[in-house]
Amino acid sequence: MSIEANEEFKPKIVAFCCNWCSYAGADLAGSSRLGYPADVKIIRVPCSCRVNPMFILRAFEKGADGVILCGCHPGDCHYSTGNFYARRRMTMLFSMLDYIGVENGRTRVEWVSAAEGVKFSTTMNEFVEKIHSLGKNVRLGDLRCRN
Amino acid sequence: MQELIARAKELLADGTVARVIGWKAGDLPYNPEPAYFEKEEDFDDFVYNSFCGANLSKLMIEACKLEGKTLVCLKPCDTYSFNQLLTEHRVDRDKAYIIGVGCKGKLDIERIKKQGIKGIKSIKGAEITDDAETLTIDTLYGEKTCAFKDAMLERCHVCKGKEHKIYDEIIGESKDTKDAERFAEVEKIEAMSPEEKFAFFQKELSKCIRCNACRNACPACSCRKCVFDSTKFDSQQKANVDSFEEKMFHIIRAFHVAGRCTDCGECSRVCPQGIPLHLFNRKFIKDIDELYGEYQAGEEVVERGPLTSYTFEDAEPGIVAERG
Amino acid sequence: MQRIGVFVCHCGSNIAATVDVKKVAEWALKEPGVVHAEDYPYMCSEAGQSKIQAAIKEKNLTGVVVCSCSPRMHETTFREAAERAGINPYMVEIANIREHCSWIHKDMEEATKKAVILMRAAVAKVNLNTPLKPGESRVTKRALVIGGGIAGIQTALDIAEAGYKVDIVEKTPSIGGRMSQLDKTFPTLDCSACILTPKMVEVNKHENVNIYTYSEVEKVSGFVGDFTVDIRKKARSVDMDKCTGCGVCQEKCPSKKTPSEFNRALNTRTAIYTPFAQAIPNVPVIDREACIKFKTGKCGICEKVCQAGAIKYDQEDEIITEKYGAIVVATGFDMIKLDNYDEYAYSQSKDVITSLELERIMNAAGPTKGHLERLSDGKAPKEMVFIQCVGSRCSDDRGKSYCSKICCMYTAKHAMLIRDKYPDVNVTVFYIDVRTPGKNFDEFYRRAVEDYGVNYIKGQVGKVIPQPDGKLLVRGVDLIDNKQILKEADMVVLAAAIEPNKDVRKIATMLTASIDTNNFLTEAHAKLRPVESPTAGIFLSGVCQGPKDIPETVSQAGAAAVKAIGLLAKDKLMTNPCTAKPDELMCNGCSQCANVCPYGAISYEVKEINDHGVRETRRVASVNSALCQGCGACTVTCPSGAMDLQGFSNRQILAEVDAICR
Repeated sequence: MSIEANEEFKPKIVAFCCNWCSYAGADLAGSSRLGYPADVKIIRVPCSCRVNPMFILRAFEKGADGVILCGCHPGDCHYSTGNFYARRRMTMLFSMLDYIGVENGRTRVEWVSAAEGVKFSTTMNEFVEKIHSLGKNVRLGDLRCRN
Repeated sequence: MQELIARAKELLADGTVARVIGWKAGDLPYNPEPAYFEKEEDFDDFVYNSFCGANLSKLMIEACKLEGKTLVCLKPCDTYSFNQLLTEHRVDRDKAYIIGVGCKGKLDIERIKKQGIKGIKSIKGAEITDDAETLTIDTLYGEKTCAFKDAMLERCHVCKGKEHKIYDEIIGESKDTKDAERFAEVEKIEAMSPEEKFAFFQKELSKCIRCNACRNACPACSCRKCVFDSTKFDSQQKANVDSFEEKMFHIIRAFHVAGRCTDCGECSRVCPQGIPLHLFNRKFIKDIDELYGEYQAGEEVVERGPLTSYTFEDAEPGIVAERG
Repeated sequence: MQRIGVFVCHCGSNIAATVDVKKVAEWALKEPGVVHAEDYPYMCSEAGQSKIQAAIKEKNLTGVVVCSCSPRMHETTFREAAERAGINPYMVEIANIREHCSWIHKDMEEATKKAVILMRAAVAKVNLNTPLKPGESRVTKRALVIGGGIAGIQTALDIAEAGYKVDIVEKTPSIGGRMSQLDKTFPTLDCSACILTPKMVEVNKHENVNIYTYSEVEKVSGFVGDFTVDIRKKARSVDMDKCTGCGVCQEKCPSKKTPSEFNRALNTRTAIYTPFAQAIPNVPVIDREACIKFKTGKCGICEKVCQAGAIKYDQEDEIITEKYGAIVVATGFDMIKLDNYDEYAYSQSKDVITSLELERIMNAAGPTKGHLERLSDGKAPKEMVFIQCVGSRCSDDRGKSYCSKICCMYTAKHAMLIRDKYPDVNVTVFYIDVRTPGKNFDEFYRRAVEDYGVNYIKGQVGKVIPQPDGKLLVRGVDLIDNKQILKEADMVVLAAAIEPNKDVRKIATMLTASIDTNNFLTEAHAKLRPVESPTAGIFLSGVCQGPKDIPETVSQAGAAAVKAIGLLAKDKLMTNPCTAKPDELMCNGCSQCANVCPYGAISYEVKEINDHGVRETRRVASVNSALCQGCGACTVTCPSGAMDLQGFSNRQILAEVDAICR
């Protein structure tokens, strides 16, 4: 066994899921036994619009390697319009992260309905793979070097 | 300037206004500061020249709570901020008497100093009434000159225009100073590789001493209590001095003013470390323009800004990766 | 500091087989605030709940974390258990270590590690939980049923029978829906109209039922128990009170060329029309698109011939605003458009028809007066081919992925009826599978094959080619004999897939009810709450929820009615306490939060604020907690964080983030 194999990269990934669609979609992935890596940890929020960009930056600052936000499909929000606001906010945030040189693959938004267990699982598998390809997130932690 | 002072005194004397917000001379020829004027004799050190870059609109938040009307001197770009504050119900139009003051571009002392001009005793050509193309600077080391344009603040090179968006009366003439593209700098960064971008911002942000000058000057950053000073927004219930704030302050600040920032440029002007903070805000403005339609905060009093509206067809966040 | 108990459920082996539950409990004790941890095979059982309650009492717990299945499953169970033991139900949080952990991971070490992290996040959250108290809201004792087909009629009747007022809103000029278009029904072959029309009459006459036909739901606001709905009553151009239903106007109407919706465009109707003879109400409407008077200003014959003086050309749409406690969606279905199935020559030959069109042809009141004949030349067919699964069970995006469920049975019915009435007609059915579960269903299908000699061929049809002599050449395969089949037919009947009514998406959006990718309304739980939408106060009746036949539709309609009655029987409802709450000391009064609130729950008031002794009169946000549904849009819009969401506060979510990233 090589040293690399011993120090296998285990990404920390936070998934914010809205209670009505995506969290239920994740539940469906579970009850359908559609696996995805254990690196993904889900935080339940009432709606994608509850996710403050500060939560995402905070996750990165605390060592997350990827953050994904899942909500109801546009037009299907349980609260009618929440995901529309989330969509604009996240577009802005992702654009800013890209602008300061943080790899944009570390953040993702995906609309997953309560019926889309397969999509939830596929999305998480893809996302984890992407984070693996990007490796450890060092940039946001090093945004300000103090020497 | 004399016309402005005379008019202000007149309005004070006839009781139209109870006080005046303007600029008074500082201890150096290039650092006038915002001040209240309530009595005739206060006006002795009233100034309005090309170093009066400070945006006075934010002071109206507190002034509007006082008894009577307040006269405020607003440059064309400051009126956008005032409109934005009106949009957000932070100021009261009825409590303000706005004199739109003319502007021929504001000066950045740092740009003069960068040209090796030191020991400045006085500067000629910075009076608003002049139409000087050149500044004549009397220094300890003799007389120096500097082209007005070369000493101008970055924001004046990309000026939004010299039209006052809200006023009661206008005093003084303005002159167009725009000679650069507003988003050119942002585009330059966008064209960089991720590594170059990161290196650029890491270098700039590492200079920050977290003095809060940007936050204090910014008319959009006018929260009664900043989220970073709040115990309500941290799992540790501990304000400040945490590494989250340390690293993310400017990104979050830019996000909080996104869709509300008028691009007045005060953040960059007041930064003692010379960090080009406007590059964050302007990036958001550029994105908003491109993705949600052109929008200038403070152009007029509106109900909803771009981040409190939506369309069904809005771009997906994935567009950030797609456009590279 | 909280005193937290952590309870780890084995869920039999559902969790314990993959997650080391003992270890999760052990690790829990190391978390700040945790004073008690235990594991148990079934936490949701009576005994499991007792364990939680005992620990709350013995250890003076202030908070509880249950590591178990999804909170969507048992959060309420555990919260109620905790409440019975004396702590506020909102001091309970669930760590989902089943659906989000044990069921999707195989490696025990990995799954255990993840379960520990999920437990930590829940503990971190509970450490910041505060007791929340639900408010109360009143219940309007009136139900709205959207859709007047058999589902809507049955739901409305059941609710009305329980003593509550019901309004039915039906888009078309008459109630009756799809069932009114059917000729006979399986598996008993009784006439559809004979069993439906008495129900239509009954619902129309019921004192508790009010029917708005030719009307649509325009706007919905409010929430469970207290919805406000705007109903657009489209201008009928006929005074419903004056009209006697004599029908003279329809006889005399000179505009006769509009395809009849009721007869699936197989014949035409007049501009002033009632869709079918037994329509309820028996009051015609004027189709303004077709009416000569509306198009040219000339004509006016109907007005002249109407002795009752009921014709009202100047009638305008009317908006009726009404309050409801419960809303039942019964919007039904339609057949898919066959544009993507050109190989069956539906658009090329008049003799290729859909099953619903065949229903109309077989019906005595239909375009052929019930005679089975080719629509091209009126000749009686000798060879008929039925093609199953046209657009159903489709693997590409041309059709629908689901089984339309009713086609196997109605095709057996059609085949049997044809063979019975016209014994000289040969009937062939091409099928992928024959699916006939249901009481007396398989027997019914077998009768078609065994007693009526219907020729069933397992295999698909690749192409239907119209021949110059008017015949149809059907090219298919027989999968059992493994051979190509070329068959000449006189008529081809397509069992087109059914899909939810096209308006359902618009209605679901108004109701904030979730909808799946096929536009079927989503039920709150696929097994346990099949007639409720996840949106409180919205119930599902009939095919809007998924394909079903009449017996199933009627049972579900009854179930939806019972759920609605259960809601209407309450005088007051507890409201969700997880609502937004502004901190007035921090609020800037900027109105950004009000701009994004979908419920209009945020208003502003100018009031005196006492900030630690400093008094100031200013503008601050105020949340109407009865209107707030707790989405949190406002909290993110608020730059200072003055607006926060109870139960999902900034600090709570950040604590979860920190715990996960630790």
